[in-house]
Amino acid sequence: MIIIDNVSKRYGDFQVLTDCTTKVGKGEVVVVCGPSGSGKSTLIKCVNGLEPFHRGEIKVNGVSVGDPKTVLAKLRAHVGMVFQNFELFPHMTIMENLTVAQLKVLGREKAEAEERGKQLLDRVGLGAQALKYPGQLSGGQQQRVAIARALAMDPVCMLFDEPTSALDPEMINEVLDVMTELAQEGMTMMCVTHEMGFARRVAHRVVFMDHGCIVEDDAKEAFFAHPSSERARQFLAKILHH
Amino acid sequence: MGYHWNWGVFLQPSATGSDTYLGWMISGVEMTVALSLSAWVIALLLGAVVGVLRTVPSNVLSGFARAYVELFRNIPLLVQLFIWYFVLPELLPVSLGNAYKQSNPVVQQFLSAMLCLALFTSARVAEQVRSGINSLPRGQKNAALAIGFTLPQTYRYVMLPMAFRLIVPPLTSEFLNILKNSAVCSTIGLLELTAQGRQLLDYTAQPYESFIAVTLAYLLLNTVVMFGMRWVEARMRVPGYIGSK
Ligand SMILES: Nc1ncnc2c1ncn2[C@@H]1O[C@H](COP(=O)(O)OP(=O)(O)O)[C@@H](O)[C@H]1O
Ligand SMILES: [Mg+2]
Repeated sequence: MIIIDNVSKRYGDFQVLTDCTTKVGKGEVVVVCGPSGSGKSTLIKCVNGLEPFHRGEIKVNGVSVGDPKTVLAKLRAHVGMVFQNFELFPHMTIMENLTVAQLKVLGREKAEAEERGKQLLDRVGLGAQALKYPGQLSGGQQQRVAIARALAMDPVCMLFDEPTSALDPEMINEVLDVMTELAQEGMTMMCVTHEMGFARRVAHRVVFMDHGCIVEDDAKEAFFAHPSSERARQFLAKILHH
Repeated sequence: MGYHWNWGVFLQPSATGSDTYLGWMISGVEMTVALSLSAWVIALLLGAVVGVLRTVPSNVLSGFARAYVELFRNIPLLVQLFIWYFVLPELLPVSLGNAYKQSNPVVQQFLSAMLCLALFTSARVAEQVRSGINSLPRGQKNAALAIGFTLPQTYRYVMLPMAFRLIVPPLTSEFLNILKNSAVCSTIGLLELTAQGRQLLDYTAQPYESFIAVTLAYLLLNTVVMFGMRWVEARMRVPGYIGSK
């Protein structure tokens, strides 16, 4: 589903990504972790073309992201993305957040879009909030709406960039529950997260990044049992401590 | 000081006979309002376009927008007015230029004044729009693109609606500026409020009454604009949104 092949990227002189290679198969859940500044966000933004890259190739559902002939908007319409800071559109109601792209990008009828929006809101447990504005919801609720907004486009895969890092601790689980359910239903997911409990529960593979390189790319069991690199060991020891 | 106050002067028939002096004042107010409003609408539209171009990832487009802003913002308004009124008709193709010069002089004055105020103000509106866009959280643009919007759709549905909400207060003062700046247009003979005031003075020799009336009329217009913009701001307020500044 997602193939990342020898991708490198620079910001001026600064090498953010060096020869990154990994893939996410259909129905697979891959968790990406690593220290802050290691290039996780940059890598995941390369997958839907939000960041350009200089070398290598990325294919999503058979479409090459780096190919200048690819219409990125078309590709992105079917690749869901969830951000650390939710990024709901503040001037639109929750329902409008869920329908605007269905209407303007997919060209759905209003009734159909609202039906789909309602269905997804119920699913993330926020059916009663349709007419509120994002600023009137808690962080955890906003993030669940953001997930529903991405799902409303019927994505072929979902990208998550630290979806729980901006949340108060008591709200983390409500978001992880939605993600877990999604994973169990067979959604293809690439998740940047430090929630190792979530990784243990649903991930198939864990990718560990450091200084722009993919240092480990293991099956979950192998990663948690005996990480092969010293840096991954240290990282795990640090975040599993608390 | 022996000044002879005479507020009744406004009800006297004017020197041209067909109207009272109060009628002159009212027609001045009407001209000022028509001029300012039409220039404001053009300035908002042009300013939105140029302000957006200032922020797009194309050096050619943003460079053009930047040149536009610097040009119209940095030449004195009066000079711009003279260029529109005296110089530009000479630069038009001969037939068009002649047709223009034979048209009603009031139309000529109004068009020049309107374009002058509109373009001058559009450069200032553009800067406000640019700063509004730049003060949005960076992730908003990515979120809009990530959901499948094209760049124009991202501006249209996500960035501009929020950017305009953020800049209502500075736009209010630009609107007030356009009203005040319209007084400059009396220099090309357009009979707006200030020009009517001076005419009133010439005909009635009552300077205090004339300019007190003009001042009050400007104050009244400013108040209307201020309340209007406050109403707009309240209508556009987003429930639960805490400003990003
Ligand atoms: N626009 C940018 N310009 C220059 N450097 C950047 C930019 N964005 C990110 N970086 C740098 O790239 C590195 C990787 O960033 P990022 O992918 O956000 O890391 P992570 O998500 O793993 O914390 C960091 O060192 C960051 O400072
Ligand atoms: Mg990051």
